Amino acid sequence: MSMDKIFKRSPLWQDKPSPYCPGCGHGIVHRLVCELLEEYKLSDHCVFMAPVGCSILAYTFLNLDVCQPAHGRTPAAATGVKRARPDTFVLSYQGDGDLAAIGTAEIIHAANRGEHITTIFVNNAIYGMTGGQMAPTTLIGQKATTCPTGRSPEAGMGYPIHVCELLQSLGGVQYLARVSVHTAANVIKAKKAMKKAFDVQLNKQGFSLVEVLSPCPVNWGLTPKEALTFVDGNMVENYPLREFKVDGKIIMPAN
Amino acid sequence: MAERVLMKGNDAIAEAAIRAGVQCYFGYPITPQNELTAYMAKHMMEKGRTFIQAESEVAAVNMVYGAASAGVRTMTSSSSPGISLKQEGISYLVGAELPAVLVNIVRGGPGLGNIAPSQADYFQAVKGGGHGDYHMVVYGPSTVQEAADLTMKAFDVADRYRNPVMILGDAILGQMMEPLVFSPYTSIPVDKPWAVGGERKGRKPNLINSLSLEEGVIEEWNWKFKKKYDEMRAHELMVETVNTADADIILISYGSTARICRSVMVAARKKGLKVGLIRPITLWPFPYAVLAQAAETTKEFVVVEMSLGQLVEDVKLAILDKAALHFHGRPGGGIPEEKDIHEILEHVLVRKRQGNKITTRGTVIDWEVS
Repeated sequence: MSMDKIFKRSPLWQDKPSPYCPGCGHGIVHRLVCELLEEYKLSDHCVFMAPVGCSILAYTFLNLDVCQPAHGRTPAAATGVKRARPDTFVLSYQGDGDLAAIGTAEIIHAANRGEHITTIFVNNAIYGMTGGQMAPTTLIGQKATTCPTGRSPEAGMGYPIHVCELLQSLGGVQYLARVSVHTAANVIKAKKAMKKAFDVQLNKQGFSLVEVLSPCPVNWGLTPKEALTFVDGNMVENYPLREFKVDGKIIMPAN
Repeated sequence: MAERVLMKGNDAIAEAAIRAGVQCYFGYPITPQNELTAYMAKHMMEKGRTFIQAESEVAAVNMVYGAASAGVRTMTSSSSPGISLKQEGISYLVGAELPAVLVNIVRGGPGLGNIAPSQADYFQAVKGGGHGDYHMVVYGPSTVQEAADLTMKAFDVADRYRNPVMILGDAILGQMMEPLVFSPYTSIPVDKPWAVGGERKGRKPNLINSLSLEEGVIEEWNWKFKKKYDEMRAHELMVETVNTADADIILISYGSTARICRSVMVAARKKGLKVGLIRPITLWPFPYAVLAQAAETTKEFVVVEMSLGQLVEDVKLAILDKAALHFHGRPGGGIPEEKDIHEILEHVLVRKRQGNKITTRGTVIDWEVS
């Protein structure tokens, strides 16, 4: 019986240790990004914009040009790279603290200007790198080191920020979708959405963003398997998975 | 022959940057530098270059970070409160070794302050206003002509050292119209094999960042940066000395204030007072050795600046106790007046510090560190 190799690591992902914890979703999201860059033959003229957060260490294993700016300023720096080198594919990778807290102004205005960049926004509802603090996307009742009894709007901690819903009204935004990587079927859907987001930049249409719900078992205090269940239930319930904008047109919810 | 033109300082800096090949300009409205941003909006886009009015000074300096990472000449400009916001970005530019030109048309502070001329951002510019150990070349132009010349030079110096360079002006320089001639400029081409983006054509990936969590790496980076700072100290120092050889007293001042001091010096010389002028053109590196040398023969120094006393500390570091040091400073948008500086010269040289104590606010005879 012969064995065929039907899956391998992307050559853009060098044979180096992953900095991520067991059960973390970043690895899956990186893989999808690498596969698309390969399929589109973009890896030779691509800049990966790394945020401040867990994925800051992407440069240690990705075989890509990497630019790593200050916390939250990724969309502004991505704007600078793209304007300086319009022929370069600019992939901006941000987490929820980077994009939806400290960098709120930068993402809104890069989106509104219709910068020709593609943003992959990983939403795991927590600050990972600094050790599990409350994020702007932390769910109500969800515990974190800075909301030890759970996020409480009544206690002045505010509400989870819905980034896709927030960005969809902006004129420069061409494509917006929220996906997840907690099941194989969702991973396939996530890749399809990212592909559309890549197309927007390649066709010089404007700004595109894909929000990816992603597990963080270590900082959620769950096992990897429990973390997937948390995404499937709590996360998806609060953050509906769908396209919000296609070709610059707002998509209304199905029901 | 190059054409003589009449321009505001802000416009002249913008035009000089365009002639120096700036490809991407990022700004945000703030007085008294708005003409610079408007000039860029008009002329960069018509040349097919990038102009963005950013959402904040923070965003603007990080756009500079991105454009510099991609290897093009880039700049931002602002005024004091806006430069405070850019400090994070300036520290990152140094840490990631990115060349860029930053312009600060200084206004009165602290806080929102006013829109009047000031030199109160001296410490912020020359001592490292952001976090971490760092330096950058800081130019303090005195005329619109010099502002244009130094802006062009700033791009070359930034590229040469892979480090940001600052032009430290003030509201007088930015707003004043003066004739100037744009000198024929030839850019010094610098390869940027470290830049991200463009076709890689098989080269290894490039990385622009200022982070390492491995033990000892950041210390090594700092030692490497220090070598660059030492090179800048050795090669980039600029200072003007006038009438210092026989001087009984030397005025020390930079930027717009140095012009006031120059007038005082000319008038005092006509009255027979032996007055000289030392004008630092680079505020970092600072002409410590030039001042120390002058203090071997001249025993009275007067620092004049638009602040409560910042430049004066560097002068004290240079001359130590070799000469007496006096100070006249006006903070918060106040401009030193010639009569007040004359009064100090008379008090020190003619009346030999006897009687008639100086009551002018902002004057300190025999200034000491306190």
